[in-house]
Amino acid sequence: MKWLMCLLSVFALWMLLFWSLDPWVLGTGAFFALLVGTLLGDIFPDRLEKLLDPRRWLFLMIYLPFFFWCCVRANLDVALRVIHPDVPIRPGIVKVRTTLRGEMAKTFLANSITLTPGTLTVDIDGQDLYIHWININTDDVRRRTEEICGRFEPLLRRIFE
Amino acid sequence: MLETACYWVIGIGLVFDLFGCIGLIRLPDVYNRAQAATKCVTLGTCMILLGVAGLGFGRADWPMGVKAVICAVFILLTNPVAAHAICRGAYLSGVKLWEGSVEDAFADRARDLRDRQTEEGLVSHEETETP
Repeated sequence: MKWLMCLLSVFALWMLLFWSLDPWVLGTGAFFALLVGTLLGDIFPDRLEKLLDPRRWLFLMIYLPFFFWCCVRANLDVALRVIHPDVPIRPGIVKVRTTLRGEMAKTFLANSITLTPGTLTVDIDGQDLYIHWININTDDVRRRTEEICGRFEPLLRRIFE
Repeated sequence: MLETACYWVIGIGLVFDLFGCIGLIRLPDVYNRAQAATKCVTLGTCMILLGVAGLGFGRADWPMGVKAVICAVFILLTNPVAAHAICRGAYLSGVKLWEGSVEDAFADRARDLRDRQTEEGLVSHEETETP
């Protein structure tokens, strides 16, 4: 099942990239889809029935514009620091805990953190995230957690868990 | 109209890329530089690609539009992972944080990871321990 899903998604991607129904394209596409499906089918996400739940898609649609807005703010923030004559930064690596459990949810949380204001995920160890923060503004652990991952956690939990 | 909007999006994307490059030069250490390089360059490049996709769809050139969108999604997914791998790798191979850094919560975990790697004979860390 996982093997088949992996194979089909690779083939769909191939067809989108080539955008042609030439037999050569179809043939090589089928060959590579089989190859990739056989080699990497095991690491394809489990529990595919989650894909069929419309509520998850709805929350994903809410998440994407929110994420894009955070991303733009992150960019303006970094851009301002970079062109400011004094380069006002206060960097360091902090450790925060997440309440998310699923691997997929944690992956997306880590990626979202990396792309948003001044934070970059260095490592994940179970529930602990190690974050490089360009401008540490508080010593309080709870406020840090809120500021770094509190924004994303409720939405990501509804999408992936 | 659509074309003009697309060229504006591409232009703004280029400006973000430029900020990313300036950040790469001005910020002090690997970790801060990776921040500028991931954030600004991801958004900048995605905006350029989305502008190109808009141009493609506007001319009914579907392959061009679809390819640009797929590339944008790839960059959005892979760029943060690459930055994470670079920073983790840099830390584990002994690159120090900038001296103005205020905190380092990763030191203990990094020591454990290094010990484990050395035990397993994957890497030798002798060269990084001598100052």
